[in-house]
Amino acid sequence: MVKRFGEFAAVDDVTFDVPTGSFFSILGPSGCGKTTLLRMIAGFDEPTSGTIEIRGQNMLGVPPNKRPVNLVFQHLALFPMMDVAENIAFGLKRRGIAASEARKRVDTMLERVGLPGYGEKRIEQLSGGQKQRVAIARCLVLEPSVLLLDEPLGALDLKLREQMKVELKKLQAKVGTTFIYITHDQSEALVMSDRVAVMNKGRFEQVGTPQELYGAPSTPFVAKFVGENNTWKAAVTKSDSGGVELKTDEGYSFIAKANADCREGSRMDLFLRPEAMRIEPRDRAGLNVFDVTVKSILFDGANSRLLTTTREDHELLVTLPQNRRFDHIVPGDEISVGWHPDSGICFEAEE
Amino acid sequence: MQRSRLVFWIFCAPVLCWLFLLIVLPHLDLLRMSFRGENDYGDMVWTFRNYKTFFTEPIYWLTFVRTALYAVITTFITFLLAMPVSFYIAKLARARIQGALVILLLLPFWVSELVRIYGWMILLRESGVLNFFMLKLGIVDTPIEMLYNDATMIMGLVYTSMLFMVVPLVSVMESLDDSLIEAAHDLGAGQFTIWRTIILPHCKPGITSGSIVVFMLTLGNYLTPNLMGGKNSLWFTEQIYNQFIASFNWNQGSAFGFLLLLLSSFIIWLGLRLTRQKLDEVAS
Repeated sequence: MVKRFGEFAAVDDVTFDVPTGSFFSILGPSGCGKTTLLRMIAGFDEPTSGTIEIRGQNMLGVPPNKRPVNLVFQHLALFPMMDVAENIAFGLKRRGIAASEARKRVDTMLERVGLPGYGEKRIEQLSGGQKQRVAIARCLVLEPSVLLLDEPLGALDLKLREQMKVELKKLQAKVGTTFIYITHDQSEALVMSDRVAVMNKGRFEQVGTPQELYGAPSTPFVAKFVGENNTWKAAVTKSDSGGVELKTDEGYSFIAKANADCREGSRMDLFLRPEAMRIEPRDRAGLNVFDVTVKSILFDGANSRLLTTTREDHELLVTLPQNRRFDHIVPGDEISVGWHPDSGICFEAEE
Repeated sequence: MQRSRLVFWIFCAPVLCWLFLLIVLPHLDLLRMSFRGENDYGDMVWTFRNYKTFFTEPIYWLTFVRTALYAVITTFITFLLAMPVSFYIAKLARARIQGALVILLLLPFWVSELVRIYGWMILLRESGVLNFFMLKLGIVDTPIEMLYNDATMIMGLVYTSMLFMVVPLVSVMESLDDSLIEAAHDLGAGQFTIWRTIILPHCKPGITSGSIVVFMLTLGNYLTPNLMGGKNSLWFTEQIYNQFIASFNWNQGSAFGFLLLLLSSFIIWLGLRLTRQKLDEVAS
């Protein structure tokens, strides 16, 4: 489908299928068109061309209040003039469900999201995480075919966000509703989703499982956006079925896995994950090894890294395993790092 | 501590002076006057006679009830008209047009009420602009007198009050998060339900403060009912004016003034009671 605002295509020729009951994320930087896409699915905007089908039914021209889709808003949009139970019962009331039946369903729903007995509370009495759960409960109580979530964890603090990620995933597995989740936070998308679509400038760059996106990005954008990467600019000096030999602008010679872009003499971007680089490898056979200087240690528990530079001042992030083996490293040390040819990903240079 | 209290009193002093000298003191004097009257020998004595006159003369209390009723109707019509106008200004109009629209609303208030009312009279009177064009276009054969009836008077009052309803409504609507409306729509609510369950409850403080201002202005309005309503549309302020100026009966006028004050206080209290609100919540 396509959505244009004047000349500007916010969503440009996007096609995708979401299997029933799965957790599907759309991941992209702000302004990439993901919210527009979501609003089209919810029915607030109509696509300029293309169709949206939910369970085989065409949704074009169907207003939001008639679609089997509910949206959890970025800022949740809970109704402050109503209490928790009234918020959750709002949709049921609109469907003309009897008050006693609605109350029963609201209570079941509150229990399911872990807030039993909270029905009487005012919205402003709830904490951030509780509001979150009420907002989701308000949608789920309507048993939608698809639940859309528009970066609902964005407003929470880090600790709570980590916790809600796991909770959301568990909740989705429990209720079995199809979730479409949009976010700019890659960790949210990777942790929770069955499948993730990476979106950039209105287009899908890649759709796949989190493992595929991380391990085998199919475009330079995905390689840069999902997870951290070190980049090298290089030229192909030799290419055969076994691998390619690259010469970086700094003069290093590397062997990397071949792909279709690698023709001899072409310019390449080489992406290298911090954890692909091993510090002081014992077995150097088949590895690309070179020396770097440690500039600083970026300690972050299990996610600690070294900020290093090569002799030519090319900055590299190297994962620092916290197994006490490298406790002797201090800034200023010269160390050697090595990486396996399979872990380098190269794409034809963009310029 | 001592210092800050001193500063507080210094800043409060003008307000307190103003309230005391120009509001409280005159009202106390009016209250005293309303209980005074001449006895058979022409001496001033304490009496309830001024209040008794009000209840025994039907013309007085009928005008009183009429005024109250029309003020409520005017407030309600103003609210009905102001609601969509405010919604358009606050939610639908683009930012640049928004300011222009508010100025358009404000513009008539640059001239005095008297001039505005004469403007209406020029438009509506028998030899007025509207009649001239209706005659020209052959819509009517003889000119119609559109002034001096209740409908025209209420229209004039609504026109005068519009701004005082729109401004609080716009500001309260601007604070309404659009996503609340969208969320309600998403959860299955139609247009009418969204207005009833989301927009109106959210706007309640604005509606109340707007209504109080409009109601009080209308109740105490003298010019518009007098000029546009003419002799057929009696307004209670005219009775007060007549007592003070025409009959020179200040004691009777004071009593009427106090009755009007009681009436407006009572109706506002009733309105707050019915909508389960408190005055300080509305004012904040």
